[in-house]
Order: sequence, then structure tokens, then C-alpha cells
Amino acid sequence: MKTFKTLFILTIFTIVSAFTLKTSSEGYKIGDTATDFKLKNIDGKMVSMADYKHAKGFIVIFTCNHCPYSIAYEDRIIELDKNYKEKGYSVIAINPNNPEISKGDDFISMQKRAKEKGFTFPYLFDDGQNIYPQYGASRTPHVFLLNKEGKDLKVAYIGAIDNNYSDAEAVTEKYVEDAINALIDGEKPNPNFTKAIGCSIKK
Amino acid sequence: MKKIVLSLFIITLVSCKSDNKQVEKKIELEVKSYTYKTLEPILNRQDNKTYIINFWATWCKPCVEELPVFEKIGELYKNKNVEVILVSLDFPNQLETRLIPFIKKHKLRSKVILMTDTDQNTWIPKISEKWSGAIPATLIYNKNSREFYEQSFTIDLLQKELNKFIKTN
Repeated sequence: MKTFKTLFILTIFTIVSAFTLKTSSEGYKIGDTATDFKLKNIDGKMVSMADYKHAKGFIVIFTCNHCPYSIAYEDRIIELDKNYKEKGYSVIAINPNNPEISKGDDFISMQKRAKEKGFTFPYLFDDGQNIYPQYGASRTPHVFLLNKEGKDLKVAYIGAIDNNYSDAEAVTEKYVEDAINALIDGEKPNPNFTKAIGCSIKK
Repeated sequence: MKKIVLSLFIITLVSCKSDNKQVEKKIELEVKSYTYKTLEPILNRQDNKTYIINFWATWCKPCVEELPVFEKIGELYKNKNVEVILVSLDFPNQLETRLIPFIKKHKLRSKVILMTDTDQNTWIPKISEKWSGAIPATLIYNKNSREFYEQSFTIDLLQKELNKFIKTN
């Protein structure tokens, strides 16, 4: 009887967790509250969004070393941080890849690349790959723009940085910049969701 | 549509029984560039074939790893009204420096075309609402049915999916 009871509880637990896991793997939608994290930065220190006392929001970008699309956007990510840090929206870059599968995405290589390019923002390692599935990142680069509303960080925009990966000069729509400017003006970003080609996240 | 043709001259030495004869053979390798407007008809043909459209790039490791699967299926189903088309998402300025040398090195037999349309937010959802934009990704369709897969394939898995389409055709 006891075995039966244990089995019953275990079955219920499996069913419940199956549904719970399914929901979380779909990631955030616009308006959802984003979770904070505590991840190791390239300088060895742990970084959380709670550390930024005066932030109005964050430009969270899942990106990495190896992906050519990420590389193509490096300079534009630095520009975003420079232009919006003082306005309260800092870039936080997170490498979501498993370095054992994704060559060149290990912590040492992250430190090296950040130094070469002169990253002005934290470049965090999603150790254990727990954060990117919560956000629902599927590719690199993948942007989640967060806006502080009261104590919560609400997801305000999800998608691409702009509409031309291969040529920064030929960009006609700067999605992330437009979205932050809208937030600063007290408006809702439009569009608040865009798609782009990227490297799949390596599990 | 930008059309780039690369001609390759290979000098092949053909050994005969008694003497060596030099034969010049010309192999033409052509990779056409597409925008969504020109790609769209290829994704919506109404003939009797089943099409496997794989989105990949030379820099995408899991894509390169699964290319032999598409090559093999293309070969196995050659006479069964199945056509494999490899849509490369390589950077347009790397067509000749990277994509064409890659095709030659790996002796790809499937048709390769290059998608150069930068307005991805417009065309990705048109290919499939299900597609986040990550590659590898594959579209399988025929006139009766279509399905999109944002995943990698093994031979068994691709064959299993393909058979569903062949049955409906």
C-alpha cells in the first residue's frame, strides 16, 4: 500500500513538473516580469541586476564569442551601452552556450574577446545554463529589453538589435534604440517583438 | 537578382593502357543569390515533388554536422520525387571566399542557394510563424502538406518525417 501511495505521489509530481517545465521553456512574453540572476562576470565578480540601484531598465543580450552574427553586432552592442548607460539602460551581455559543445565560448575566451573589443558592459557566463531558458532565448544574439516598473523588471521588447545584420550603415530600423527611446518617452515600444537569424544556443 | 557564376577548370589526367592523355574538363559551380521575393516561389511549388528546404550556413556547426544527412536523403530519394535545397545564410560578401570553397571541399551534390535578404524580421515569419530565427532549421513541403522544424536531424528522423509527406503526395 505504501509503495502504491509513493508511486501515486510520484506520478502526480511528474505530471505537474512536466507542465511546469513546458511553460518555463517557452520563455518570456512582453509584459512578463523578468527574473534577476547572479552570474559570473569576466572580471570574476558576480553580477545581478539588483546591483544597479539607479537603473531604469536593462538591455539584456544573449550573445557569444563564436557566432558570426554576434561578432557582426559587437560594435553596435558597445554603442548601445555607451549611448544608453547614462540614460539608465545598461547592456548586460550573457553567454548562454555550453563551452564543452561550443568551441570558443569558454570563460577564458570570453575574457579575451571582451578585452580585445573593449567591452564597456558586463559579459556574464550562464554557468549551468539556467537563465537563458527562463528568458526563452533561442539564438545569439537575442535581446530582451527590460523596463523597471515599481520594483519589477518588465519585459518591454524581445528580438533583434536592428534590421541589417551584415551592414550597420544600411540599417533602416534600429529596433532596440527605438524601443528604449519609446520607454524614455513613457510610451510602449512598437514593434515590441522582432525575429532575426542567429546561431542556435548550444546545450 | 544577383547572379554569380564561378567557373572552374580542372585538369584531369586520364590514364590509358598505353599512354597518358590530358583531358580538360570544365565544371561549373553556380550559387544564385535570393531575396524573399525570389525565394518564395521555391517554397510554394505545386508540382508532384516533396521539397526539403534546409536553412544553414558554413559557420553554423550543427548545420554543417547534419549536411551529410540531407545529402544522403537527397541521394536515396532521388528517384522518388524528392528534392533537397540547401538555403545558405552565409554573409553575402563571403560567397566566393567561403561558401563556394566549402561546397567544393565537401563535394555537396544538393542544390545550394544563398539567401541575402537582410530584412529578416519580415521574411522569417513568412517562412514559418514557428521559426525563432535560429539555425539549423528545415522546411518540408509538397502541394498537400508542409511542416517546419527548428531542430537538427538524424537520417532516421528525417526519413521518418519525409515518409509522412511522401504518403500524402
